[in-house]
Amino acid sequence: MGKTLFDKLWDSHVVKHVEDGPDVLYIDKHFIHEVTSPQAFAGLEKRGLKLFRPQQIVATADHNVPTIDQHLPIRDALSRQQVERLTENCEKHGVNLYGLNHPYQGIVHVIGPELGLTLPGMTIVCGDSHTSTHGAFGSIAFGIGTSEVEQVFATQCILQPKPKSMRITINGQLPSNATAKDVILFIISKISTSGGNGYFVEYAGDVFRNMSMEERMTVCNMSIEMGARGGFIAPDETTFNYIKGREFAPKGEVFAQSVAKWKQLKTEDGATFDKEHTFAASDIQPMITYGTNPAMGIQINRSIPTVAELQDASEEKSFLKSLAYMDFKPGQSLINHPVNYVFIGSCTNARIEDLRAAAKVVKGKRKAENINAFIVPGSKQVEKQAIEEGLDKIFKEAGFELRQPGCSACLGMNEDKIPAGEYCVSTSNRNFEGRQGPGARTMLASPITAALTALNGKIVDVTKEIA
Amino acid sequence: MEKFIKLTSSVVPLPIENIDTDQIIPARFLKATSRDGFGENLFRDWRYRSESTPNPEFVLNNDKISGQILVAGKNFGCGSSREHAAWAIHDYGFKVVVSSYFADIFKNNALNNGVLPVQVSETFLNEIFNQKEGAASISVDLENQKITLENTGKSETFEINTYKKYCLINGFDDIDYLVNLKDEIAEFETKR
Ligand code: SF4
Repeated sequence: MGKTLFDKLWDSHVVKHVEDGPDVLYIDKHFIHEVTSPQAFAGLEKRGLKLFRPQQIVATADHNVPTIDQHLPIRDALSRQQVERLTENCEKHGVNLYGLNHPYQGIVHVIGPELGLTLPGMTIVCGDSHTSTHGAFGSIAFGIGTSEVEQVFATQCILQPKPKSMRITINGQLPSNATAKDVILFIISKISTSGGNGYFVEYAGDVFRNMSMEERMTVCNMSIEMGARGGFIAPDETTFNYIKGREFAPKGEVFAQSVAKWKQLKTEDGATFDKEHTFAASDIQPMITYGTNPAMGIQINRSIPTVAELQDASEEKSFLKSLAYMDFKPGQSLINHPVNYVFIGSCTNARIEDLRAAAKVVKGKRKAENINAFIVPGSKQVEKQAIEEGLDKIFKEAGFELRQPGCSACLGMNEDKIPAGEYCVSTSNRNFEGRQGPGARTMLASPITAALTALNGKIVDVTKEIA
Repeated sequence: MEKFIKLTSSVVPLPIENIDTDQIIPARFLKATSRDGFGENLFRDWRYRSESTPNPEFVLNNDKISGQILVAGKNFGCGSSREHAAWAIHDYGFKVVVSSYFADIFKNNALNNGVLPVQVSETFLNEIFNQKEGAASISVDLENQKITLENTGKSETFEINTYKKYCLINGFDDIDYLVNLKDEIAEFETKR
């Protein structure tokens, strides 16, 4: 019987199996940021331990950084302290840091791939649930807690029970107006926020094969939103072409040898998964969320379900609680619903292709009066590229603000927040209560849908606007 | 890490599903660089109406209800990997969280901080929620992996990984274990 790619990768990284317990899993690459690392450094020092393999760690500051005037000291004292602590810790322990104002700074899951640090076949962890993004390269990448960050600091290993495997296959041709974000919102709406609990997902089929690397990252990024530990796509020519020539990617002869190895990274014929889901590409249309978890999504021109239409009657209470928070009614259509905020950013959708897609929609047009629209590039390199391509001018003429890189309004931690009661169409990955600031009402969608919302000042039927 | 062997306590019920870690501890309270003090902001946005007025309807503000066992609806701890959620629960004084399903990362984080996640059946969970306000008392016996609702005498066994159980009962943590494997890990590195 054939082996799944997941099994191959996992098994080849197991140092030891603990009897009746988890595996000791070797970690190739460890990304860290300012929020989930300070307690791990402190814990390590308290135990009198050193970093085991500092050269396998890469750090950046993203969650707590402002997205305007980054050259000035951070105003919020606690945020500043956290970012400074990261710098101190990295200096003291010899960790490579792409901190604020470094040309490589950015959201941790954006910079790893663009610098060629994320490679096929690796095990990758970060104290951040969206580490699943790196799965786009055919690697086992998943988020961990701070105690686990400390484990990796101390031993380059982590104790993990092996997850079960799931395959999600989508074949066929996507409608031309459906993007990668719509694909993943569609999948989560079908599988639910807990449907992937305990699993690692392999995405397979035409739809993912035909995607660019950036689109694959958007999909893998949100694997965690269905409860899965992570999700990946087997590497192929698209992957190798993306990696080629990147700053830290293998070069020359070593690159050729790596590619030969990476080509082996496939699920073998006849391999069985613990669970399989199959969907048809033609069923996927532009999506938007109406509730307070990412599974509460609908095709944008359909209505919010009624109580009777819920898949599971026990969900009624949380469904109604969620709608009360959003101030929506069961059965309501979202078309023409007014919106005052649009956020295009986050590790889900702040790469150059996302910015290009948004720019294409707004070019030569002007945002609606009521709209506050901000675009936050995922990294310094994305920002630079956007300016080189003149996207900044397009955004400016359309009345959008192009900010500096960071997590920004994806989570209400830094200065960028959505005010209480306001609706925000956001390209980020979480619409939880208060995620974008206390009382903020988030609706998740693609960069195209977000840009169209900004032009109209309300939700519009994207399927009619974009053929 | 503190040891955990057995606990009997009244419960704090929170019959809400899909409680994500952004609710357990909102992002704006993650700026600390130590592990202490997060209990103050546990469930902050449900606990307070504005930044400082407590919401009298929220269970943590109900004088008649207290205890070291938090009982919550299905899929507890989904969302962000922030261990601050487990720290907040621990710091507030909870030793056990009962639910019919836990998100994976939260489960690991809780266990790494001496908080025991106990997964029970949907029926058992509802039975706890159906007890009179402030009346439910539960005992959790880790040795025998048994949870009992004292009021009715109903009990269930729960699953826990043998290794994790050993760690909790003895107050050991994963790092102690891994650090002892350093030679093996170094050898693994040279072989690949
Ligand atoms: S952009 Fe949002 S989801 Fe991504 S790492 Fe930052 S806070 Fe997390």
